[in-house]
Amino acid sequence: MQLQVMHEMSLAINIVELVSAKAQAAGGQRITSVELEAGKLSGVMVEALVFCFEAAARNTLAEGAFLEIREIEGRGNCLACGHSFIVDSLLGQCPQCDGYAVEIVQGRELKVLSLIVDEE
Amino acid sequence: MCDSCGCSQPDNSVTIRKPGQPMSGSGSADHHHARKGRLIEVREAVLGKNDGIAAHNREFFEARRIVALNLVSSPGSGKTTILERTILALRGEIPMAVIEGDQQTMLDAERIETAGAPVVQVNTGAGCHLDADMVHKALHQMELAEKSLLFIENVGNLVCPAMFDLGEAAKVVIISVTEGEDKPLKYPAMFAAASLCLINKIDLLPHVDFDVARCREYALRVNHQLEFFEISARTGEGMSAWLDWLRRQII
Repeated sequence: MQLQVMHEMSLAINIVELVSAKAQAAGGQRITSVELEAGKLSGVMVEALVFCFEAAARNTLAEGAFLEIREIEGRGNCLACGHSFIVDSLLGQCPQCDGYAVEIVQGRELKVLSLIVDEE
Repeated sequence: MCDSCGCSQPDNSVTIRKPGQPMSGSGSADHHHARKGRLIEVREAVLGKNDGIAAHNREFFEARRIVALNLVSSPGSGKTTILERTILALRGEIPMAVIEGDQQTMLDAERIETAGAPVVQVNTGAGCHLDADMVHKALHQMELAEKSLLFIENVGNLVCPAMFDLGEAAKVVIISVTEGEDKPLKYPAMFAAASLCLINKIDLLPHVDFDVARCREYALRVNHQLEFFEISARTGEGMSAWLDWLRRQII
């Protein structure tokens, strides 16, 4: 229960519920892998999520499934000079004009892309 | 344990045979990797369920012109005291209600009730944030007036509540001057998600090193649209600007 002090546990439970429902609807008996897209600015610690997923998947169709995480770079557009650049935090500073007014356009994604099920 | 992928399927639990073929002990190196699993496309947000319930909450609020504010901060920033003073000041003028989120106890709900607003306490147990479903369930226990304010006091935590939409009109982030002025840099997600920042306990400024201007500058780096009010819920200093802001939200 102490694991729940991490939001990764909530996220892991959400992932397990989502993929279990999808697998069940498709007649899958067991989920062998889950492909997840996680932006680097989504607030997720990948190691913590993998750890929590394993725990959350116990006694579900996703037990033992491999969680494959595709990380997506953060990208920001400078609102002052229009420069588009890679950012590694929500505190993006424009490398061209040093401005902080940056619109984050990529990197907050947190999505289940696909899963693989065994059918037997 | 499979060496190639780290899955925990034991090799000997899988058998491969044709119809009519007896179960044989003859080992095969094959296991589920060799079998073709079926790919199911999903492409759905991990928090899609939460976001759906949040949208439902938001529709409920908008239909009744209820302004829901999600109050977020570290523990001890003074959220509950701000609410008590706000309720005392606006009681009789604007209908108000409160959803209190804490891991344990009814203590905050009792304070709010004493201040004079209807309140429901959500105890999250080990959970570190409120989610949209908790708010939805709390709403079923409340009778909210039209054109009212609903304060949702989130669990004291600057990290997780930023990820969970509750259906609120705005997030209000509170930082007190007994904390470090660099909190916006350390916890940017919360300051990025908020519309308004209350800097609380300014009566203590003469006794602490907190630099208000620097705090604002840091917060604006994360969110250039953030608005600020500097207040002391204890002495009432600066509270009128916050109260006027609340009045303007009710249309």
